[in-house]
This record gives sequence, structure tokens and C-alpha cells, in this order.
Amino acid sequence: MSTRIAGFGATALAALALLALVPRLGNAYYLALAISLLQYTVLATAWGMFSGPTRYVSLATTAFFGVGAYTVAVLGEILPWPLVLLTAAALGAIVAGIVGLSTLRLSGVYFVIFTFGLTELIRQLVVWFEVNKSRVLGRYVFVNITQADIYWQLLALTAAVFLLGWLIARSRLGFALRVIGEDETVAKHCGINTTFAKVALFTISATVMTLVGAIMAPRWTYIEPSIAFNSMISFQVLIMALLGGAHRLWGPVLGAVPLTLLFELLSARFPNTFTIILGCIFLLIVYMLPRGVAGLFEKLSTTAGGKPTQRVAA
Amino acid sequence: MAPVDAPWEEKMMTFLTRRTTLLAAATCAATLGLTVIAEAQTSIKIGYAISRTGPNTGGAAVTTIPNYELWVKEVNAAGGIKLGDKRVPIEVVQYDDRSNAEEAVRALERLINQDKVDFILPPWGTGLNLAVGPTLNREGYPHLAATAVTDRAPELAKRWPNSFWLLGTSADAAKSLVELLNKLRDEKKIGDTVAMVSIADGFGIDLSSAARPALTNAKFKLAYDKSYPIGTQDLAPIVNEIKALNPDVFIAFSYPPDTLALTEQSRIAGLNPKVFYTGVGTAFPLYKQKFGKNTEGVMGIGGWSGDSAAIKDYLARHKAAAANGAEPDRWASAVTYASLQMLQQAIERVGKIDRAAVIKDLQTGTFDTVIGKVKLDNNMPTRYWWVGQWQDGEFYGIAPAKNEGARAAIVPKPAWVAP
Repeated sequence: MSTRIAGFGATALAALALLALVPRLGNAYYLALAISLLQYTVLATAWGMFSGPTRYVSLATTAFFGVGAYTVAVLGEILPWPLVLLTAAALGAIVAGIVGLSTLRLSGVYFVIFTFGLTELIRQLVVWFEVNKSRVLGRYVFVNITQADIYWQLLALTAAVFLLGWLIARSRLGFALRVIGEDETVAKHCGINTTFAKVALFTISATVMTLVGAIMAPRWTYIEPSIAFNSMISFQVLIMALLGGAHRLWGPVLGAVPLTLLFELLSARFPNTFTIILGCIFLLIVYMLPRGVAGLFEKLSTTAGGKPTQRVAA
Repeated sequence: MAPVDAPWEEKMMTFLTRRTTLLAAATCAATLGLTVIAEAQTSIKIGYAISRTGPNTGGAAVTTIPNYELWVKEVNAAGGIKLGDKRVPIEVVQYDDRSNAEEAVRALERLINQDKVDFILPPWGTGLNLAVGPTLNREGYPHLAATAVTDRAPELAKRWPNSFWLLGTSADAAKSLVELLNKLRDEKKIGDTVAMVSIADGFGIDLSSAARPALTNAKFKLAYDKSYPIGTQDLAPIVNEIKALNPDVFIAFSYPPDTLALTEQSRIAGLNPKVFYTGVGTAFPLYKQKFGKNTEGVMGIGGWSGDSAAIKDYLARHKAAAANGAEPDRWASAVTYASLQMLQQAIERVGKIDRAAVIKDLQTGTFDTVIGKVKLDNNMPTRYWWVGQWQDGEFYGIAPAKNEGARAAIVPKPAWVAP
């Protein structure tokens, strides 16, 4: 077992070292594409970390992403960069904690609707504050951060998220969440503090999303609520995680990478019919791969003689 | 500047034409196969990413896309852009930025690194122009922002010497408006009560923040000063409240949907102050279509020298070229077209694809355009139209009054008539 882990760790480190060399290719387009890939990989993995085991479908990705981006817009020129990132992470964690405590008692469709509303709520609060208090709407971010810096930060965050996810899955917390996902009532009867477990993981996942928003913000120079709180991000992340398979830590990557490449290909080749083709592809995914790519792999290995798995799609 | 919904017929038309184009393109590609290679040196590749979907679609479809298409068509009909002693046609590569900053940045990086375009035309709107600024600067492409209004324009021009901010600053817009009001008051045409509303978004906030102190310093009485959120459907309470105050001047720093709604509501409620001013959208052809005779005397942001031969000619060409005979808007459209003429003249004077030299020429040269002679100072024009007024079916520039071709304002505004 430990040799397997060591081997896996070594492979991961080697892959990380190789990926860190991407900015050296010197092609800004590939770098932009790589940034996009990492951004969605982190977001989808963070989404899957909470929503996979608990099966709470969250549409709040944009809310946390936006909080991160806006923190940079406000503090980017005032504080040194590491402090800005820390503040963003702290803000994301606080918001997630409050939201988690007050809403994780909701379940099913109510939770989905609430998280979607949360994005709009935070966005309107920001607008209200900017209009009535600071009297500027639209802030400029002039910080000394290159595209390569953004890429490396995202890469580090990706590594951190996978390590964190791997550790959580092996901890008591991870086990508690899987029980909650199977049956919350049973979990309670087993003496699991379900509220604590859910809020803790929701906060971890949201903090990561907030950090992604903060890291990405210097890419745009100009930030206003409609740019920072673009609800498309929530939906794209959800679809990516579902395509990959949210019940595995490595599942969302299998959705994020092909879908980001697909979006890129479609917007380059079919700029005018992009949305139509996209809609058809989503239909195909839902009908053909209800358990995601990860589920497909498991099914293949089962038919090839492996152990049958008992999991149900998230 | 902000979104306006195109009427569904228009959308249908664009959809149909797009589909036909796609079909035609597919057929061409199939029949021609690979025979089109090896013509790279004989054309100038121009790329742009524009909002064909998302909230910016309305603005891009009125102001930017028709002018890009008109210009390319005209230049290619004339044989192309003159490089040295031969003319080379323009080849267009275009993408949809989906009104999304991240998408716009990536589309530009694709245009530069994959499609290797020679020049890039900017996206529509303040936010997207600012988003693509650093990329164009880093890669050394001229950036002719014709649809961005930002108070940081002078600073941005210094930071990115390749960027040109052709629509000016909102502080300037507010200043010109207050100067006009001051003059009208000195002429005893209006009193000093002003009612001001603004949309709670970049444009409304910037302009009202600049207008508020300017009005107070000029000793105007600000009887009403409120903002409303984007997407407010019912503006009747605001209009009724203002009507009760009976102001001499009504100012709305509004976006197209609410510009239309405020005008309609004012007509219904009979709010007819001596000066009636609305924001983005007043200069749109749609405004004239919707309000007809009732546009008479309405002031708004923008304007152009409607009496100039160049503008009349441009209007006719624009109408003839647009698929559905659409007219340009009377503010940023002509500026957008002028920016393309400037780019062409700069390229022709340099005589080869040398972007650094083209940027230099744009900074220092004088250009002959539809909006008259343009010579930039610190990468910004020295002359803008800030207040226009509908007079007899045309939206003429009335302020700043020192501009060539400025008309006198019609004050008081005539009464609303039944539609």
C-alpha cells in the first residue's frame, strides 16, 4: 500500500514539474488555454469535494468566485499580493461558514435554489454598497502579476486541492460525509455531527473557489459585478463535475478538461452556433453518461472482471 | 454603454443571414478544398472578437458590427488597403466573446497566436475594452477603443501607449451638459431646478458623481437625485415623483431599456420640463422609430454634425450596406467608423505591416474621417459631442457649442403629442 502511494506521489510530482514548464513554451494562447483548464479543474474538483459525497447540488460557485475577484478589486493595489490572497480566502471561508450554518439544513431542490439566489444576493449587496457608499461601480486592478504567475498560482492550488481532497477522503470527516451522502438520518443515529461535517467541507470547498476568483482577477484589469458574478461559471462547473463524475476526487477533472477544450474548439470553429451545439452535447452527456466518465471507467473495469461497485451517481 | 434588445424580426434576420453565411461557407470550403492556401502574403488579416451573444449583443449589433462589416466591404470593393504601390484585400477572422471578459481575452490571444492576424479591432463596451487592454499592449497591437467611456482614459493612454480612447471621459460628458445648462439659464431660457436620476451601474454612477458637484458649483438646485437598479421595470413612480416637483431640467443617466421606458412614462405622465435629457439609447435609431414626432427637442448623450456632407454620406452608405437598412446610432457609430478610417490611413502611410510604426502614426498623424479632421492629443481626440438633440428627425450635436457644426438648442422642449 505505502509503496503504491509513494509511486503515485512520485508520478504526481513529476507531472506537476512538467506542467510547471508550460509558460516556458512562450505561446500566450496555449498559456491562456492552460489557465482556463486549471481554473475549471480546481473549481470542479472543489465543487465535487463537497457535492460529491453529500449530494448537495450547489450553484454558489459564482458567489465565492466573485467574492475572491472583488477582494482583489478592492485590495489589489493596497496590500501585498499574498495578503490579498489570504484576505480573500478568509472572506470566502467566513461567507461560506455563515451560509453553511444557515442553509445546510435545507435539502434537495431548496438548497439548489438557495445557492443560486446567494450569487444574486451577494452581487446586489456589492452593487448597493458601490452605488451608495463608495460611488464607483467598476474597479480597476493594476497589479504586477503576469499570466505565467497566474498559471503557477493555479497549478499550486490544483496540487493543494488534490492533496487536501485525498487527505479528507482518508479522514473521519470524509467517512462521515460518505455516510451522510448515503443516508443522513442513519448518519445522525450513528452519532455523526452532520451539521459540523457538512459546514466544514462546504467551507473548505468555498475557500478554494474564492481563491480561484482572486487568482484570476488580475487577468481582466477591470472588474464590475456583472463580470465577477457571472452565473455561467456555476453552471459550467456543475456540468463539468457531473460529466466527470463527482463521486470520485479525480472525477471532475475528467469532465473539466474535455469540456474546456470543447468550449474552446466550438468557440473557435463555430462562433455563431456555439450555444446550439453546446446544448446538444449536454443532452448527449446526460443521456449517454448519467454517471459521468468516472462511472464509465468503473463500469468498464467491472465488466472486465473487477469488483462491482455499490456507488450511485451523485 | 449597455444592452438593448433588438426586435425579434431583427434577430430573426441576423439568424437567417448567419445561417445562410454558414451554409455558403460550408459549401465553399467543400468545393474549394485546399486550393486557397498560399495567398497569405496577398491579404491583410484583421481579427475581432465581438459580443454576438450575451448582454452586450444589443450594443454591439447597433454600433460596432455594422461598421466593421461596412468598412471591410468598402475597402475590399476598392481593391483593399494600399501597401506601398499595391492594394491588398482584408481577410477577416472573427469570434464571439459571449459578452464575457475572460472569453474576450482568450479570443484575442487566439487571434494573435493561432490565427496570426495583422491587426485587431476592439470589442464593444467599456468593460471588455478594458479587459483586452493589457493583452493588446503586451503584444503591441494598436487598440482603437471607440465604444469605451472611462474617466481613467488619460491614465490608461499613458499606461498603454498603443491604446486610443476615442469616446472620452464621463467627467467631460457631465461638464459639457452643465455648461450647456448654465448658458441656457444665463439666457433666461430655464430656471435652476434640476431633477436627476441615474442607473446603478458604471455609466450612471460615473456620470452622476461627476454631474452632482458640477451642478451644485453652478448653483443649480438639485431637487431630486436618486438611482435605480439595472432591470427596473416600473419607472412610473420615479417619473410621477419628479413631475410633482415640476423641475426645469430632467436629467437621466440611463441605459437603453430605461431610456425608452423613462421617455414613454414621461409622455404618459405629462412630465415635460424645458430640458429633457436621457442617456445611452437616445441617439439610437430605435429611439426615433419608437417615438417619432415625440423625439422633437429631446436631448441625450452623444450627437453628431448632422449637417456635414461627410456624415450625410456615411448615413446613406450605412443604410445601404446594412442587411435590413439599419441606420447607425448618432454617437459611437460614426466614431467607430472614423477609428477604422484612421487605422487604414495609418497603415497606408506606413506602407507595410509594421504595428509599432502604425501606432506611432496614430499617435502623431492627422486623419481625414467622417467626423472631420482628427488629430489625437495624448491618444485621445480633442473634440467630442457630449449633448445632442433630436431636431426634425435628426439627432444633432449641440454641445460643446464650440464644436464645428453645433446647432442651437431648442428650449423649451415642445409638448408631447399623442402618438
